Amino acid sequence: MLENYFPVLVFVVVGMAFGCMPILLGWLVSPHRPDSEKLSPFECGFEPFEDARTKFDVRYYLIAILFILFDLEIAFLFPWATIFKEITATPEVKLFGFAEMLVFIGVLVIGYVYAWVKGALDWE
Amino acid sequence: MEASVLHFFEWLWGPYWSTLWAWFKPVWPLIWVIMKIVAILVPLLLGVAYMTYAERKILGFMHVRIGPNRVGPLGLLQPIADGLKLFFKEVILPTKADPALYFMAPALAMAPAVAVWAVVPFFDGVVLANLDAGVLFLLAVSSLGVYGVIIAGWASNSKYPFLGSIRSAAQMVSYEVAMGLALVCVLMVSNSLNLTDIVHAQGRGIFADWGVGALSWNWLPLWPVFLVYLISGVAETNRAPFDVVEGESEIVAGHMVEYSGMAFAMFFLAEYANMILVAAMVTVFFLGGWLSPVGFLPDGLPWMLAKMSLMLFLFLWLRATFPRYRYDQIMRLGWKVFVPVCLIWIPVVGVWMMSPFNIWE
Repeated sequence: MLENYFPVLVFVVVGMAFGCMPILLGWLVSPHRPDSEKLSPFECGFEPFEDARTKFDVRYYLIAILFILFDLEIAFLFPWATIFKEITATPEVKLFGFAEMLVFIGVLVIGYVYAWVKGALDWE
Repeated sequence: MEASVLHFFEWLWGPYWSTLWAWFKPVWPLIWVIMKIVAILVPLLLGVAYMTYAERKILGFMHVRIGPNRVGPLGLLQPIADGLKLFFKEVILPTKADPALYFMAPALAMAPAVAVWAVVPFFDGVVLANLDAGVLFLLAVSSLGVYGVIIAGWASNSKYPFLGSIRSAAQMVSYEVAMGLALVCVLMVSNSLNLTDIVHAQGRGIFADWGVGALSWNWLPLWPVFLVYLISGVAETNRAPFDVVEGESEIVAGHMVEYSGMAFAMFFLAEYANMILVAAMVTVFFLGGWLSPVGFLPDGLPWMLAKMSLMLFLFLWLRATFPRYRYDQIMRLGWKVFVPVCLIWIPVVGVWMMSPFNIWE
């Protein structure tokens, strides 16, 4: 079982090496002729004014929070979806298994409708 | 396979083989895995390189121009020339940037785009790691790509990258929700998290018995989810018409503005590797993987590659056809159209599977 994951581990290490090596090689091989204009932040030819790390729209936070909720929901749906055939094949739990997930999705839908009505999903 | 490779080495080294083998025997499993990884990575990188060529050539033909035709016959050496040029370009480190994060970002974008191929099945049994939790690994690793983008925007400490990266992060996570919900339907009908089993499940059904297997793949019974997954895949990779992240007329190139040389090339390669990955995923989840569309032809790797090429062509076709979406339209499509469609379709599939009309016995 666990030895199945050994190639994955090796692949992740190879992937990281593959991400780092070309940048390192490029840094070593390429010329370095710095000047202050070249190294200043790009701002369409203007002198950059004020810090780039400014305030930004609160909607991005809302999207991030909603994403966490929905992604967790999906993580909980996956095991149910994977054994759904077994659930339907067992007469005792067939309706119960389905209705239970309907309730679970229903709770999420209430929150989703609330977010929609409150305008959390609106961008203008 | 493993035995014949060993046999080849034995033939190659002749009398020295027994001493060599005594040395290599303990690390042989590692060497064997690395050989398989190389066998996946080299075609993938060639695919990425020639995807850029195909993009320029096909977009050229769609615009009634010729596209690259100077380097090599038909311009076929163009991607190699581009790669060499980027390799010898100066890698700039802006004065205001955070050096460690600045160089970590492209590596973080590239590593998951490569590592995720560990679980992609190319043919029955031709997969590096046939994990029973393949879908989970796939979702987990492919969503790590967003870190590369957001760290790039933060580390650059410049306005365009910053705006581009928060846009990109919000867009990618929004469409990930739609993709995940779409996958729930696929898992319901295929009864497994193993990618090979998901492909096999699509080879069964009434149409497959009649010899038209193409109609029993998931795309037909789950067509709303198929469309959601496909379009979310385009949005997830920040490709046109959802490419506001790097919309050149608004924020120049988004998170990649401050990058140059190989550091830029990493972002570029990661984007194309992700495109090829999305094409592979659509193929595995909805288009029957390596299964043959008709009964009288054998299944095989060529089918997988043909379906992936079709999907990649679709990516380019979309880019040539549609104007860019506005950002508010993108978010509305993701949250107010795709999420409800999936939330409705999950109970619909559930009822369908419990009714007498169930086609996924």
